[in-house]
Amino acid sequence: MKKTVMLLMLLTVMVALAACGQNNNGNNAASSNAGSSEPASSEPASSEPATSDLSGSFLASGSSALQPLVDQVSKKFMDANKGVSIQVQAGGSGTGLTQVSEGQSQIGNSDVFAEEKLDADKAAELVDHQVAIVGMAAVVNPEVTVDNLTKQQLIDIFTGKVTNWKDVGGNDQKIQIVNRPSSSGTRATFEKYALGQKSEDLQGSIQEDASGTVKKLVGETPGAIGYLALSYLDDSIKTVKYEGIEATVDNIANGTYPVWAYEHMYTKGEPDAAVKAFLDYMVSDEVQNADVVELGYIPASKMQVKRDAAGNITK
Amino acid sequence: MAQSFDRQKAKPHIAEEWVGKIVTLLCIALLIITIFSIVYFVASKGLSTFFKNNVNPIDLLTGLKWSPEGEPPFFGALPFIFGSFSTSILAALIAAPLGFCASVFMVEISPKFGRRYLQPVIELLAGIPSVVYGFVGLSVIVPFFRDVFPGQGIGIAAGALVLSIMILPTITTIATDALAALPKGLKEGSYALGSTRWQTIYRIVLPTTLPSLMTGIVLGIARAFGEALAVQMVIGNAPHIPRSLFESASTLTSAITLSMGNTAMGSLANNALWSLALILMLMTFVFVFIVRFLEGRSKL
Repeated sequence: MKKTVMLLMLLTVMVALAACGQNNNGNNAASSNAGSSEPASSEPASSEPATSDLSGSFLASGSSALQPLVDQVSKKFMDANKGVSIQVQAGGSGTGLTQVSEGQSQIGNSDVFAEEKLDADKAAELVDHQVAIVGMAAVVNPEVTVDNLTKQQLIDIFTGKVTNWKDVGGNDQKIQIVNRPSSSGTRATFEKYALGQKSEDLQGSIQEDASGTVKKLVGETPGAIGYLALSYLDDSIKTVKYEGIEATVDNIANGTYPVWAYEHMYTKGEPDAAVKAFLDYMVSDEVQNADVVELGYIPASKMQVKRDAAGNITK
Repeated sequence: MAQSFDRQKAKPHIAEEWVGKIVTLLCIALLIITIFSIVYFVASKGLSTFFKNNVNPIDLLTGLKWSPEGEPPFFGALPFIFGSFSTSILAALIAAPLGFCASVFMVEISPKFGRRYLQPVIELLAGIPSVVYGFVGLSVIVPFFRDVFPGQGIGIAAGALVLSIMILPTITTIATDALAALPKGLKEGSYALGSTRWQTIYRIVLPTTLPSLMTGIVLGIARAFGEALAVQMVIGNAPHIPRSLFESASTLTSAITLSMGNTAMGSLANNALWSLALILMLMTFVFVFIVRFLEGRSKL
């Protein structure tokens, strides 16, 4: 008898495990979000993100660069709206865009415009919500003496025309490129706005996807050059100016420093009430001036310039 | 009286028999369905590169340039195939002598100490997550190679060394089991003829267990072939055939994990990655067949 019960339990577990493959954005996440740092009760009622009778559950998947922000904000949002359950997954911009386009997730997070990854007709169905800006800077090993690179110098380095730092005003030291994989959204942004052209994967160059690994390799490898989002910059690496302009939040906001990209949250068609409330909360001042800045992004509201998918800048 | 007693007693057993049969059948059915759906999924995705996108399979296998999102795109996977084979075979070359010696020591020379302390320690290596190996490789092996050898430390050598530690438990455990399963009579006969311990190990034990030792090596290579994360962290991932062991290279697995999340499902770049996965899967099948073949030749 005992054995039968055990076997039945085993079977139940197996069936449950098999069912996990299906898309169950279950409501079980709502109970596990205590411990958010934000004291919701002390906020005045008007700044509450939404009325608390919202309900529903949805999935936001995609860009790993945007995932920390969405994750943190979704916890605050779920604290304020007990009926809403949000799951946040990181899997890359391509995955996020595919999933939202196919209806597997309700929000697709992306570092790049949908037009750059999906077919035009599929991209046209998606509605863009730009929630933050991420700036990028070229970084070099601290021992490299160069502290300014022009666009042409960067192009020469990343296309392999220049292979020694002495040709761009530094010491006699071989240049080691630490690049991102050719499919990466970060690389696409860097190529588009810093180089202005695509670059090839050179023989002997290093490619890493994770910003932490890139930072470690650039910091340790003599003569290394790479690029990182502003939130990753610290003393272990040296940030170089681009065309004499420093990569700062202010320079990005007023449009003088060009290497930055929007962080997008795409929905398919217009979102339903709960998703819309979440996206509104995302761009509200409460989030933009707190979580966005805290995690190293730049608030969309701060930008004095706008840019479209083709790269045209308007004031 | 006795008969009816038997029947009453037998009923629960029959029920148990049926439950057991059904449960095992369900398990095996689930396994088979899973295996076949994975094979089908990978194959249908991987082959669509050739059928839908009209990429020439020969180009994929022999091309040297990989730039699936370029204009025009190139799909040369030879650098990845070369990287996968060279890292895993080099790893086996490093790990196999170590594993054999360790198992000879544990079985023939110091069985008590070996069985009680050494084997658990070596098996412990198998339980360490691959990301830990990768990080240790990036923090210890890569800087070491960078200081000692020309180049930046990353590359096939670093990848192979990390992998060799990862596959050491596989090779050692299988070799130990094979040596322990050797019939006592063989060794005793050898001793009785006057040979020393080394002569016995060298002339009798190793040749007799060779097919099993080879099985261990092939399984080790298969594991190294499929390992992604640890290799990706130390190999550099440039899609080129490197000019030295200390230059950035790439494997099939590292190419897949680097780009899979960044490409949209169904796009040409994504399908090309599935083709790499298909190559990887076919290679795994080849390894399994080699293992079956070696097991068939086992003299024990």
